[in-house]
Amino acid sequence: MTQPQTRDEQPTNPTRQKSTGMRLIVPLQGIVQGRGGLILGTLIPCALFYFFQLYTKRNRGNSSNTPSNPPSPSSSSPNLAELPRTSSRLSLFSRVGSSGPVSVSGRASLIARENDSPYYIGLEKVSKDPYDKERNPDGIIQLGLSENRLCFDLIEKWMVENVREAMVGRDGEHLSINGIAAYQPFDGLMELKVALAGFMSQVMRKVVSLDPSQIVLTAGATPAIEILCFCLADHGNAFLIPTPYYPGFDRDVRLRTGVELIPVHCRSADNFLLSVTALEQAYNQARKRGVRVRGILISNPSNPVGNILPRETLHNILVFAQEKNIHIICDEIFAGSVYRGEEFVSMPEILMEEFDKNRVHIIYGLSKDLCLPGFRVGVIYSYNKNVLALAKRLTRFSSISAPSQRLLISMLSDTKFIEEFIKTNKQRIQKLHHSFVDGLKQLGIQCIESSAGFYCWANMSELISSYGEKGELDLWDKLLNIAKVNVTPGSACHCIEPGWFRCCFTTLALEDIPVVMKRIRKVAETCKSLS
Amino acid sequence: MERNHQLLSQIATNDRHGENSPYFDGWKAYDNNPFHPTNNPDGVIQMGLAENQLSADLIVDWIKKHPEASICTPEGVHKFKDIASFQDYHGLPEFRQAIAKFMGRVRGGRVTFDPDRIVMGGGATGANELIMFCLADPGDAFLVPSPYYPAFYRDLGWRTGVQIVPVDCDSSNNFQITKAALEAAYDKARQDGINVKGLIVTNPSNPLGTTLDRETLKCLLSFINEKNIHIVCDEIYAATIFSSSNFISISEVVEEIVDCNRDLVHIVSSLSKDMGLPGFRVGIVYSYNDAVVNCGRKMSSFGLVSSQTQYLLASMLSDDEFVENFLAVSSKRIEKRHSVFTKGLEQIGISCLESNAGVYVWMNLRHLLQEQTNDGEMALWRVIINDVKLNVSPSSSFHCVEPGWFRVCFANMDDETLEVALKRIHAFVGERKERETLSAKTKCWKKNLRLSFSSRIFEEGIGSPIAMSPHSPLVRARN
Repeated sequence: MTQPQTRDEQPTNPTRQKSTGMRLIVPLQGIVQGRGGLILGTLIPCALFYFFQLYTKRNRGNSSNTPSNPPSPSSSSPNLAELPRTSSRLSLFSRVGSSGPVSVSGRASLIARENDSPYYIGLEKVSKDPYDKERNPDGIIQLGLSENRLCFDLIEKWMVENVREAMVGRDGEHLSINGIAAYQPFDGLMELKVALAGFMSQVMRKVVSLDPSQIVLTAGATPAIEILCFCLADHGNAFLIPTPYYPGFDRDVRLRTGVELIPVHCRSADNFLLSVTALEQAYNQARKRGVRVRGILISNPSNPVGNILPRETLHNILVFAQEKNIHIICDEIFAGSVYRGEEFVSMPEILMEEFDKNRVHIIYGLSKDLCLPGFRVGVIYSYNKNVLALAKRLTRFSSISAPSQRLLISMLSDTKFIEEFIKTNKQRIQKLHHSFVDGLKQLGIQCIESSAGFYCWANMSELISSYGEKGELDLWDKLLNIAKVNVTPGSACHCIEPGWFRCCFTTLALEDIPVVMKRIRKVAETCKSLS
Repeated sequence: MERNHQLLSQIATNDRHGENSPYFDGWKAYDNNPFHPTNNPDGVIQMGLAENQLSADLIVDWIKKHPEASICTPEGVHKFKDIASFQDYHGLPEFRQAIAKFMGRVRGGRVTFDPDRIVMGGGATGANELIMFCLADPGDAFLVPSPYYPAFYRDLGWRTGVQIVPVDCDSSNNFQITKAALEAAYDKARQDGINVKGLIVTNPSNPLGTTLDRETLKCLLSFINEKNIHIVCDEIYAATIFSSSNFISISEVVEEIVDCNRDLVHIVSSLSKDMGLPGFRVGIVYSYNDAVVNCGRKMSSFGLVSSQTQYLLASMLSDDEFVENFLAVSSKRIEKRHSVFTKGLEQIGISCLESNAGVYVWMNLRHLLQEQTNDGEMALWRVIINDVKLNVSPSSSFHCVEPGWFRVCFANMDDETLEVALKRIHAFVGERKERETLSAKTKCWKKNLRLSFSSRIFEEGIGSPIAMSPHSPLVRARN
C-alpha cells in the first residue's frame, strides 16, 4: 500500500502539484489561524486535505502502473529526462515485500534520475544524424568523440598482407579452436602481455623497458580504471583529480564503486597544468570534510586539454603522494599521440628515480594509439604485487575476447610495422591539429597550446552570452543544433572557467575542416553580433 | 610490506573471491599434473570444468567457410574501420538481433526476444554481476536454491556486497525447489533482518543438470510476484538440453501468467556453454524492466563484447541453417556422451541424478562414504583426486546439504579420455568391493562407524583393521 503523502513529499510532477497545492493552502491559512469555527475550521480543511490526497495519489498511481507504452527502442536517448514513465517507479519508498512499485538498486535509481551530461547527449544526437560528405552532407559533424580514424588504411594493409586465416595471424597457424574459443586466463594471454609491454615501450620512446608480468589485461581501459578503484579504495573514499577531466571518469570511477572524485581545479593562467599547491589544498579540504583520500588520478597526456606534464610536476606529484601515503593512477592512454617535439615523460621513466613504486599504477589501452576501441583492450601496469594479484582476480568480469587477443599478438609482434605506424600516426595527427587550430584562429578562437591527443582545447568564452555555465551550455546547444557540430563543453569536463570547449579532429579528413569552420563561423558571428 | 596492505581496499583483503574453497583445490591438483593421453597418461583428468567442446568442429568449419564474417580477411577487411572503431555500449544492432534470434531458437521458437532488451556483460560471469549491481544494494540478499554454482558466491557478491541466502534442496524429492523451502528461507531471512531483493535460479541447473517444469516455473513466478522481489533466471545451459527434451524458459511462462509483473523478470544468457565459446566472453542480460536495461547498458561498458567478435557472431547466428543444425547436432552429441558415461557408471553400481541437460552429471557416491558427513565426503574426494586421479567437484563446494554427491563434467574431453576416466572409476570401485568382501569375511559388524579412511589403505593392501564395508546393510539402510 502506498504510504500517505505529507505535504512535504513532492510527487513526480512538482511544479504542477505545487501550484495546485498553493491554491488549496492559501485559503486554508485563514482557517488554520483559527478563524473558521467547527465547519470551516475542521470539516472543510479535512475534506480539502482528503481530496488533495486523492488527487496526488491518483497521479502517482498512474505512473506506478505497468507502462502501456512499449519498451524503449534502440535509439532511445541516454538523456534520461526522456525515459518512459517507468522511471517514476524507482522511487525509494518501496519497501521489502510491499505491493508497491518494485525497487531496483540505489545505483539504478540514481542513473534513472540523473540528467545525462552534454557529453553523452551530444554523442547520442550525432549517432542519429551523422554527417557524411556524400550521403548526409547536412548531418551533425562529430567533434565530441576522441577517436582516431586517420590510420585505418595502414592497419587494413597489414591485415591483407599478413592474415592468412580469419582471426589468427601471419604465422600461418591453423585456426585452432582451442586458441580462440576455449577458456583463456582471465587476465590475458602471456603472449599478448609480452607484445603489449613491447608496444608500450615503443610508444614511450623506448626509454624504459616494461615487464610483462606487471601487466593485467582488461576489456578496455574503462574496466581497468574501475578495477583499480576497487583495489585501492572503499565505498565513500575519494580520488583527487585535476580538472578539466575526461567526462567518462565520472561514470567509470563512481558508478559501481561508490568512490568519489574530488576536483583539483587548474586554470588557463597555468595553461591548465596541475600545481601541487592546488593538490595540497584539495587534499586538506577533503580531510576537513572527513573524506578519506586514497589517491590521485591523473591523465598524461591530458584529456581534454592535450598538454603533457613536465618532469618536475610529475616528480612533485610523486613526492606529494609519498608524503600523504596515497596512490597514483596515471592514465597514459594517449601516450602514442604526442606529436610535438616536446618531451613526454612517462611514469615508468620517472620512476627510474628513487621512489616508492608500490603506489603507482598506470592505465593504458589500444583504443587511442592503435585506433581499436572496438576490440576492448585495456592494460593495468602496476608495481604493486598485491594490486596485481587482486586485479588479476577481478578481470574475470572483464576479459578480452580470445580471437581479438590472437589477432593483436600477431600485429603487435610486427615491430617494424608498429614503428612505421606510430610515426605516421603522429604525423597525420599533427597535420590535422595544425590545420584545425589554424582554422579556429581565423575565427578568432584561440586554443591552449597542446602537444598530444586528438583534440584541441578552445576558448570560446567571447562567444558566450553570459559568462557562466548557462551561457556555455547555450553556446553548446547552438553549435549542436544550428551549426550542427558536436563539441564537448568544458562544464562536462568540470572545468572551472566557462567558455572552453574540446574539439576532436581525428575523425575528420583534411577537406572536412573548412566545412566545420564555415559552420562554426555562422554561429560565432551570430553570437558576436548579439553581445 | 605491512604498510602496503593498509593501502588496499577491503575488497582486497576479504576473501569473497572464494578461492579458498575445496572446489579450487581440485583445479590445483589438475594444474600440477594434467592428464595427456600420450605425454602424461597418469595425470589428473579434468572433470571439474563445465566446458562444452563437443561441437567445436562445426564452428571452425563455419568460420572457414565464411571469411567475410571476419574483419581481418581480404573478404571482410572493408568493414574493418567501422567495426574496429565501434564502441557503443548498445552493441552492434545486427549482433543484438542475431542474439535475440538465437535465444528464441534455443527455446524452440516458442518465445520472441526483443533485441533492444539485450545488454552485454563480460561473459556470463560479468552478466551475473551486472544484474546484481542493477537490482540490489550492498547488504541486500538473493535467495539461491542449493546446490548452486560455487562461483556465485564471488560473482554475485564480491564487489556488489550482495549476500546469498541458500534455499536448501535435497534428494528426497530429486532436489526440486519447493514453495515451502522458498517460503521458509525467505521468512527466516526477514526475521534475521536481511532484505531479500530477489531469487536467482539456474535453469538448466548447475550442478544438477535438471530443468524446471512448467508448474515449478509458474510457482516461482507467483512467489516472486507475491513478495514483490526479482527473479533472475540463469539460462546459460539452455541449449545443452538433450535432443529428446524440451527446454521451458521462464520467458515462455511469463507470457502465460496474466498479472505477472514483468519488471521483476530477468534472464542471463551466454554463448560459453551453448556454443562452447567461453573465450569470446559473450554474456547477455535480458530484462523486461526498462530501468534495468537502461542502467545495465551503461554498466556494460565495463565488459563489452569485442566488436570483432560481435561482428562475427552477428553473421554466424543469423545463419539459420547453421544454427538449426548446430543446436540439433550439439544436443545429440551431449546426450550421447551423457548416455555413454551414465551407462558406464551404472555397470559398477553408481547412479546419477536423472537429468536432461548440462554437460555434467550429478553422481551419487553416498554409498561409498564412510560417514554421511562433510568430512566423509572430503575424505572420499581426496581419494578420487589423489588416487583415482579425476578432478570431480564435491557437493559441499556447491553448498549442498547432502554430502556424497559429485558433479562430473564429461563434455570437455574426447571419447578416449572419457574411456580412461570410466576405466579408472571401474578400477577404484572394483578394488573397494574386493576389499569389502575380504574384510566382511574376516571381520564382525562394528556399530561404531566413525572410522578414518586414508588413501594409505590402497598401499597397505587388504587386511586393514579399520576397513568398513560400504555395502553393509547398516549403511544401506541409512541410504
